[in-house]
Order: sequence, then C-alpha cells, then structure tokens
Amino acid sequence: MSEERQVTTTRTRPPPWRDERVLRIAAQVIFLAAVAALLWALGNNLVRNMQAQGMRTDFGFLEQNAGFTLTGSEFSSRDSIGDALLVGLQNTITVSIWGILLATVIGVIVGIARLSTNWLVRKCAAAYVEALRNVPLIVFLMFLYLAVLQQLPRISDAIDFGGFVFSNRGLYTPWIEVAEDSGLFLAICAAAAVLAVVVGVVRTRRFDATGEPHHRVLWGGGIFLLIAGVAWALLGRPVSGTLPTLDGRNVSGGYELSVEYGALLLGLVLYMATFIAEIVRGSILAVPKGQSEASNALGLSGFQRYRYIVLPQALRIAVPPTGNEFINLAKNSALGLAIAFPELLRVTRLSISQGQPAPQLIGIMMLMYLAISLLLSLLMNMINRRLGLKGAQ
Amino acid sequence: MSDTNVPTSEYRPQASEQPPTRTTSPREWVRLNLFNTWYNSLLTVVLAPLVGYVIYRALRFVFVTARWEIIEVNLTNFMVGTFPRGELWRVWGAIIILGLVIGLGLGVTSRASAETARARGVAAGTSWSLVARRAAPALLLLVALVVFVRTATPLLLLAAALAVAAGGYVAGRWIPPQHRRWMHIAVVAGLAGSYVVMTQFGGVNLAHWGGLMLTVFLAVGGIALAFPVGIIVALGRRSKLPAIRVVSMLYIELIRGLPLIALLYMGWLILPFLLPIGFPTPGRTWRALIVLLVFTAAYVAEIVRGGLQSIPKGQYEAAQALGLPAWKMMRLVILPQALRNVIPALVGQFISLFKDTSLVLLIALTDLLGVARRVTQQPEFLGQGLHAESLLFVSFIYWVGSYWMSRESQRMEQRLGLGER
Repeated sequence: MSEERQVTTTRTRPPPWRDERVLRIAAQVIFLAAVAALLWALGNNLVRNMQAQGMRTDFGFLEQNAGFTLTGSEFSSRDSIGDALLVGLQNTITVSIWGILLATVIGVIVGIARLSTNWLVRKCAAAYVEALRNVPLIVFLMFLYLAVLQQLPRISDAIDFGGFVFSNRGLYTPWIEVAEDSGLFLAICAAAAVLAVVVGVVRTRRFDATGEPHHRVLWGGGIFLLIAGVAWALLGRPVSGTLPTLDGRNVSGGYELSVEYGALLLGLVLYMATFIAEIVRGSILAVPKGQSEASNALGLSGFQRYRYIVLPQALRIAVPPTGNEFINLAKNSALGLAIAFPELLRVTRLSISQGQPAPQLIGIMMLMYLAISLLLSLLMNMINRRLGLKGAQ
Repeated sequence: MSDTNVPTSEYRPQASEQPPTRTTSPREWVRLNLFNTWYNSLLTVVLAPLVGYVIYRALRFVFVTARWEIIEVNLTNFMVGTFPRGELWRVWGAIIILGLVIGLGLGVTSRASAETARARGVAAGTSWSLVARRAAPALLLLVALVVFVRTATPLLLLAAALAVAAGGYVAGRWIPPQHRRWMHIAVVAGLAGSYVVMTQFGGVNLAHWGGLMLTVFLAVGGIALAFPVGIIVALGRRSKLPAIRVVSMLYIELIRGLPLIALLYMGWLILPFLLPIGFPTPGRTWRALIVLLVFTAAYVAEIVRGGLQSIPKGQYEAAQALGLPAWKMMRLVILPQALRNVIPALVGQFISLFKDTSLVLLIALTDLLGVARRVTQQPEFLGQGLHAESLLFVSFIYWVGSYWMSRESQRMEQRLGLGER
C-alpha cells in the first residue's frame, strides 16, 4: 500500500494554508505585528495620558534646576536635573565597585572558613551565612542604618577605635593622602609597575624555557617596591597615610563615609558575601576529591594544596555564578533609596517628587541600570573565556 | 528506565559484618576539632571569647533589655496591617479553609509517597525525629507569635485551625488512590474560597490588606501567576521560529537586567499612563502584583528553560515517533519531566520572591516590613529607637519562612535525585 502511494505522490507543493514554510513565516509576521501593535498602543496611551495631564513629553527638563541637594557631594540645588542623575549614577557605580571588591574578599574567606577543619570556625561561618541570606536585604539594610549606625554616639563622644572613628555623623577610616605636587612620584610609580610586569613576564618565559623557579612575584614586587621606595624618600614623602583624629567636634584626616553610604556599603558587602561564600564553598566541593588526595600524595602542604591544586580549579567553576552575584549587587545598590543614600534610584525619586515627568526619568534610570548590568556581564564573560580550558568547546 | 536500579531483595549486612562504630571521648573531640594545628588553636583561642561575648549580648538583648511591648501592642498590625478590625473573622475563616486544604494535600501526598516507597520495596516507616526536625522552624515561629498574644480568642482560633488541618490530613490519608485527582480541585477551590471569604459579600478590598497577610498574598499570588507565564516564555525562548525566540529573549534579558525596585516604581508610577484614557487604574496592590508577576516570570522562564534543556533529545524523538502533535508532546512527555527536574530551583525562586516582596514598602504598601517601619512612628513609641525590636521581629518571620522552605527544598532535591531516574 505504501509503495503504491509513493508512486502516486507528485512533487507539487501543498496549498499555502497547509505549507509549513508559509505557515511559519505567517505565524512570525502575525506575532511580530501583535507585539508591535501592543507596544505602539502602550506608547500612544503614554503620550496621550501625559498630554491629558499637561506633562511635557520631551527631555528639556534635564536642563532645569534640580531644587534639591544631595548629601555627600558638591551638588547644589541650582545644578540641573541631568547633573543630579549623573551624581546618582556615579554614586551607584562607586558603591558597586567597592561592594564587589569587598564582598569578594569576605565571601572567599567565609567560603573557605565553612570548610575549615576547626569546628568553631566552621560553625561561625555557617551561622553567619544562614542568618543573613534568609533575610531580605532591605530589612538588613534598615537594621544597619536605623538600629546600628544611627544609634552610634554623637560626634562629641564618638568611639575612637585604633584609627577608626565611629559616630552617628559619619564613619572615618584611615586613608592615603596624596600631596598636591606628587605627579612626578605617581609617574615613577607607574613606570616601576610597568617594569615590574615586564620582569615578571621575562621570569615566566625563563621558567617555561628552563624550569628554573621563576619567583615572579618576588622579582616584580621587589623591583616595584625598591624604585617606589627610593622615589618616595627622595621626593620628600609625597604620599602618606592619614589617621582620622578626633578633636572635640571635628575630625581631621582619614576618609569620611556618610552614615548612609557606610550602611549601604556595609549592608551590601556583608549580605552579598554570604552568597559568594556559598558559591566558593560549592565550587571547592565540586573539585574532585582525587585532586586533593593526589596533592597530599605529592607531599604538598595544606596551603600549597589550596593555592596550586584546589583553588585554580574551583575558580573556574565559581566565575559564572559569581558574575551573577556581582550583577545582583549592582542592582541591589538601588536599595540605597530605602536609607536615603543618593544613588541613581533615589535621585530619580527626588526629581519626580520635584514635579519632573516620571516616565522620562524612569526610562533614563532603567537604561542606566541596563547599561551597568550589560557591562558587568560582558566583563564577566571576558574573564570566563580567559579562564576557560584551552581547547574546550 | 530503572533497569540498573537496586535489586528487589536488598543485601543486609550481618551485625558481625558491620563496621565498628568509632567513639571519641570529649577530650579527643576537642583536640581533633578545635586544636588540631597551631593555626586552628590560635583561631579557637581568638574566636571563642568573641563568640561567647556576642552570644551573651544577643541573649541579654532578647531576654532582658529589649522592649518587646511594641510587638505585643501591635501584633494584629503585624499580621494584617490596616485590615478593618470588624472584619477579622474573614481572615480566620480564610485561615481555617486554607488549613483544611493544606492538611488534605499533605495527607494525600504523604499516602501517595508511602505507596510509591512500598511499591519500590523501601521500608516506609515514619521517623518521628525527622518529622520533629522538619516541623521545628514552623513551631518556633508559632511559639514566637503566641508569646505576644494577649487574649485567649486568637489562641482558640489558632487551635481550631490546627485541628481542622489535622482533620484534613487524616481525611487525605483516607482518600483512596482512584479519587486522588479531586485533590487538585479541592486545593484550587480552597484557595478561591478563602479569597471569596476575604473580599466578596461585603468583604475587604485589597487596598486594606497589610502585614504578613499581604506579604504571603503577594508571594503566593506572584509565583502562582508567574508560573504559567514563565512556562510560555520558556517555550517561546526555545521556539524554532526566530521572531518568537528573539522577543522572548529580549523580555527575559530586559527584566533580568533591571532591579526589581526599579520595576516596582515603573508599575507604580508609569503603569497608569500606559492604560487607555478612561480605563480604571488598578489599585496599588494589584499593580505591585502585576510587576512581581512580570519580574518572576522572566526568572521562572530561565529556570524552566534549564529543565527543558535537560531532557534528552530521544524523548522528543520518541514522542514524535508516537505521532503526538507538538502541544501534546510538550504537555504529556516533555514538560512533566522538565518541571520535575526544576522543582528545587522553583522553590528557590519562590523563596527569593518571598523576601523580595518586602520591597513593596518603598511604593507605599504596608506589608510586613511596612508595618515594622510604621509602628516605630506611633505616638507612644516615637523617637524611642525601637527600630531594633520591630525589625528583628519581622526579620525573624522572614528568616524562619526562607530557612524552612530552603531546608524542605534540599530534602526534596535529595529525594528526587535518589530514585526515579
């Protein structure tokens, strides 16, 4: 029967309403048309609603005076809305960068601590991670801001804690002070850094060629420190550390963090570090046990086992999920809104409450956040590709 | 599928063959776990007093210095926010209905899993210590709430709800397998019934919901609505038609690139502008729910996509060979397996949604966290710095909820990974 049918089958195409190729194209055209119609309708509604309420639909308002001030910056109420948004963006980026750096450091330490052979260390790390990551970040931020940092003593009787000064007016930490005329010194430092890298590369090449221990950190670091140290001494100590010193109601020296900035940074770092710690722990556990056993059999010490065998392999597993957490951290910095830190979202909010049109402002804000997310994910993809096994995929 | 599994009669070692159990004296334990190397000894010596001090201060705060009366006075506010006090019977009615269907569902599933275990030849005993450990967080929460209750009525009603739940459990255990499919209908009917009791027949508008009730409503409603949308988007993301695929991908990436709070602001301030002129604007709570739905659906879609990718190609080919049309192939063959693989990830998403609902405070809803912020501004507590008490109380509720769910999801993960496939 089937043979008979095969013989009679002709090569004519089916009618268009049953031709799969035609149907596919038709389905896509209809789908795109529906999406476009929906978007057009929404846009149309938006413009008409805004006109009905007498709101402006252009972006000229960005030039107008802001009418509000932002704590912790030079921004005054006579600067424009556009400048305010830029200050907000800058604050978001600053807190994200510092947050990512510090959260990574703490996360790695806690992640390793969770696998410690010391029972107390293990339990402390576990308690920290479990206590924090099951609570919403905003609750933790509010707790830090309202119940901890704002309850600090007033500046007149601030806590002076070995170079750190805590008060409810601000937090002061030791910092590096760069003198005005230190351009020459910085240039020498940059040159020394370049030289150190070159020496490091040369040492690595030599190691690859002959197998002689490269000691590249020792060589490179030594050269940098030597040149920079000599230059620092000869040029009259252009860079020095400063400690905040409390003098009555004034604090001089050091670096001042506003309470809001301190709460946001501390909250983001401590909270996101728990997620990074879990990733680090999982990645270390994901390295096959045979690797640890092999390094033990080779007679490597505990430190060497971690440094040369376990961590390099764990790093490769940990990078993609950690990148996600970095993006989450940057997005979570928007919660600065809840504790009055002037980041992007709060500046947008302030502008809207000054009567500026909400749709444009929220559109700009969303584009900025999208740009930050995209940038971070591009960066993480680049790192991931560099770390990936050569030849894999 | 399970031809390589355990043989039906299991090998059980004799008592004499079992490895000797190792006993360590407390002294030896301390040496092995606290002082096994010089740096561990150092860490122990430095950490122990620090930990002791922190625990001492924490206990002292909780049991001595904290002024918990702010919770005691406002317990009803924390639970239901500005819900009209004359209508509270509706809340209790809804709780009792929900208790019944949850008990029923638990009963049915516990019998079903016991039957599967028996069919597979695994001893199905009830381990009471395990049950106690699993229920411990919920009991802890219950105790923490009951401590603050000042009158007898809520306690009696709570006991009634628990009794109804227990009754539902017993009834669920009793339902024979052939009638089991009615359970889904019973659960949906229970949810719908409790919603009707709350809002219809002179009930209370969503705008007056608040406190823990609002938090739970947003989390459960958000995930329940986002789930079907997420599946559709995931299928679109894997579609063979490029237009559908690209649009799904743009949606997912756009939503995932934005902070939830920014989206909530958009829903709060922009959504009314997007509707046709004269169209009634949905209330603030509905707008928040819509945003949570749109946000969660993108994440659910990514999770479901992972599940779809985990299904071997042979399953698709087998379904096609059987002559199933595409939608039946998805519904009967692919999705059941794909969804089962991603249950733990979906629970994780629900946990993070449960925590994220606290952001609605910033768009002027009075959820659990919103209440915590408002009670410190009451005249009798204003300016007394009771933020720690109220925030700790709500973070305890969030903590117990998330911790409990993540524990249960880990258990489920182990169980799913164990047999079956």
